[in-house]
Amino acid sequence: MESRLRKIIVCDPDRCNGCRICEYVCSFASEGVLNIKKSRIRVVRIEPFLNLAVTCRKCEDPLCVKACPRDALTQKPNGVIVVDENKCNGCGWCVETCPFGVVRMHLDKRKVVVCDYCEKHGYPMCVEYCPKDALKYVTLDQAARELSKKAVQILVQELASR
Amino acid sequence: MKGYAGKYLMVDLTRGKTSVGKIEEQMALNYIGGYGFGARTLYDMLPNPAQVDPLSPENVLIWWTGPLAGTISTAGNKYAVFAKSPLTGIFGFGISSGLFASEFKSAGWDGVVFTGRSEKPVYLMIDDDNVELRNASSIWGRTTWETEEMIKEELGDESFTVASIGPAGERMVRLANITNERNRQVGRCGLGAVMGSKNLKAVAVRGTRDVEVADPQGLVRFIAELNERCQGPATEKYRVYGTPANILVHNKLGCLPSYNFQKGTFEYAEEVSGEMMLKTHVKKIIACAGCPIACDHVNQAREDYAGTVSSVDYESLALLGPNCGIRSLDAITKAVEICDTLGVDTISAGNVVGWAMECFEKGILTKEDTDGVELRFGSNEALLEALRRMCLKEGRLGKLLSEGVRRASQIVGKGSERFAVHCKGLEWAAYELRSLQTSTLGFAVSNRGADYLRSGSYQVDVKGKVDRLRLDKSRGKIVYDGENQYAVIDSLIICKFTRGIFQSMDELAKLYTLVTGLSMTGEQIVRAGERIHNVARCFNVKCGVTRKDDYPPPRAFEDPLPDDVVKGAVIKREEYEEALDSYYECRGWSRDGIPLKRKLLELGLSREAEEVGVEA
Repeated sequence: MESRLRKIIVCDPDRCNGCRICEYVCSFASEGVLNIKKSRIRVVRIEPFLNLAVTCRKCEDPLCVKACPRDALTQKPNGVIVVDENKCNGCGWCVETCPFGVVRMHLDKRKVVVCDYCEKHGYPMCVEYCPKDALKYVTLDQAARELSKKAVQILVQELASR
Repeated sequence: MKGYAGKYLMVDLTRGKTSVGKIEEQMALNYIGGYGFGARTLYDMLPNPAQVDPLSPENVLIWWTGPLAGTISTAGNKYAVFAKSPLTGIFGFGISSGLFASEFKSAGWDGVVFTGRSEKPVYLMIDDDNVELRNASSIWGRTTWETEEMIKEELGDESFTVASIGPAGERMVRLANITNERNRQVGRCGLGAVMGSKNLKAVAVRGTRDVEVADPQGLVRFIAELNERCQGPATEKYRVYGTPANILVHNKLGCLPSYNFQKGTFEYAEEVSGEMMLKTHVKKIIACAGCPIACDHVNQAREDYAGTVSSVDYESLALLGPNCGIRSLDAITKAVEICDTLGVDTISAGNVVGWAMECFEKGILTKEDTDGVELRFGSNEALLEALRRMCLKEGRLGKLLSEGVRRASQIVGKGSERFAVHCKGLEWAAYELRSLQTSTLGFAVSNRGADYLRSGSYQVDVKGKVDRLRLDKSRGKIVYDGENQYAVIDSLIICKFTRGIFQSMDELAKLYTLVTGLSMTGEQIVRAGERIHNVARCFNVKCGVTRKDDYPPPRAFEDPLPDDVVKGAVIKREEYEEALDSYYECRGWSRDGIPLKRKLLELGLSREAEEVGVEA
């Protein structure tokens, strides 16, 4: 039985440097081609300092699913969004509703695509190829725990230096 | 053949017309891409280069990617630009990276060749197959960073990647460069001035096509391994401190140029070191597209220059810092920002300002010549003001410096030529002349002028593999091998910071084959490197280059180093001649530095053999 804790891909903005290797790898993992414009994960660079890769967050009760007028989008119990290409007519309503901008229109197919967490590979390839370990495939609980640890470490250091 | 787009764009700026050329398989095999394609096309398109004024419509401006661009290859998203250089009057080229080359390939092009001159300012938009020369009147005069934003805004999509010139290129400052994505530059040889002379403000590109490779599975697997190696010791320096790590290493060895190459150490080296910079100024380390190393250290200045942001590497740091006697990282960060936004090469800029400061301190330049600037070593204000005026060609000082150090010293005269530190008109980069002598030989024989990037010959000196304080006949072979290998790297084009992760040239050949599907061995690819180098040399010979041009500047022979660690170091003329002879011998060139017919024919260069080659 699946764990009740869903794993998602999170990105550490301190480590992400905008190299886009995740994008190249994703286009290959998803479709066997090299084309960053077909990546499901996208690197956002806001000059001069901010870099962050974003992909599907596996929202609860996701807006993209709700928005589809043809019920082409469904969410599996593990959180992955599935697009039924026979139903999708490329209207793009879901693209507009996704608050993270990670539902994308496929350039050739004119159907929407969403990160499927590399289900056929068993593990997200972008996470595997990220050279700086900026991307992590973790539960939100784990991600939160890491942040707590960081905060505690800083706090302890500050207390010690007083 | 895969990897290549298989076609290139030709743009006649005079008539505003475009057409398409094809890349044949033989061209790919013989010249690889990048540097190789540039050498081949520049030689072919300017049959009488000596007669071509670099800033006239007769010059060409050629852009090439290589087979690796857009393919996920480790640090392989690079492009190169070529023209007859307005700074050196010979083979001019420069390489930049970022995302630009990936977009370019993804748009379905290997390169673009510009000819003629547009009547009005234009920029070239490439949107897959849709190409258009667009009016750039409203952008003319803007900085490179503003230009990027304005073009993206005008085209309505920030996923366009833009390479542009700043006001310096527009004014045909001979040190002008081309900038893409704010921090990445085609830095050297003044190619930004060639763009300016053609009224070409920018190239904006957006690509949406798949980049096909011969063996995608095999390639991605190999790249995984290479990227893993990039997290190891061979690239640690670049990852942690970036190239500024060299400051303290070079200072310790007495090979950090300071005060216009008068010294090989800097008393305030600690204050401008990579270690200090990381602690106090680096706000973010960013990567070029497809690079697992990430070396680009972006600084944020404080105090007087608060709000200033720029990417500072070793060369910029050393030449705008110690070489001008500057010990403030804030001022250096500001200086780089001025160069990057107004559009000049930081290396040449730091070199020529250092020269002017020495002139000023020696009384050769007066306050009248500098329009009132107290151009003393160590003055932050003087450096920044000189740079600004140089970029804008403002006043007497600005106009003088904008000519580059060779021309400027010829204009000023009074013995200032003796300490103009350049070769073939290209300003010397931040490797000391006398305390790294294999390096100096490599710089002096380079096809581009004083160039640290064509053979990496400083490595044997810095690593202590040879006696770096003297020369002998073993050095020719070191430079020869380095040049041939680097010609391959610059043709593929792949970042030189990966050189430590490849175990052999066979691995580079393997990468080429995985991408292109064309069979290639390590030996064959090095042969291609040798061929490429020779074509560029033949171009230079046509421009008048011979042995007389393959020497370092007078300071290398005449001014012994004063620093304790390398006290008295100087290049002995007879040792230099011997090393130079040994280099020509390895190359198969005459004693006068002209390729022998025999050598050119052996490399399959029959036209060059006929036009340039000499008998033994």
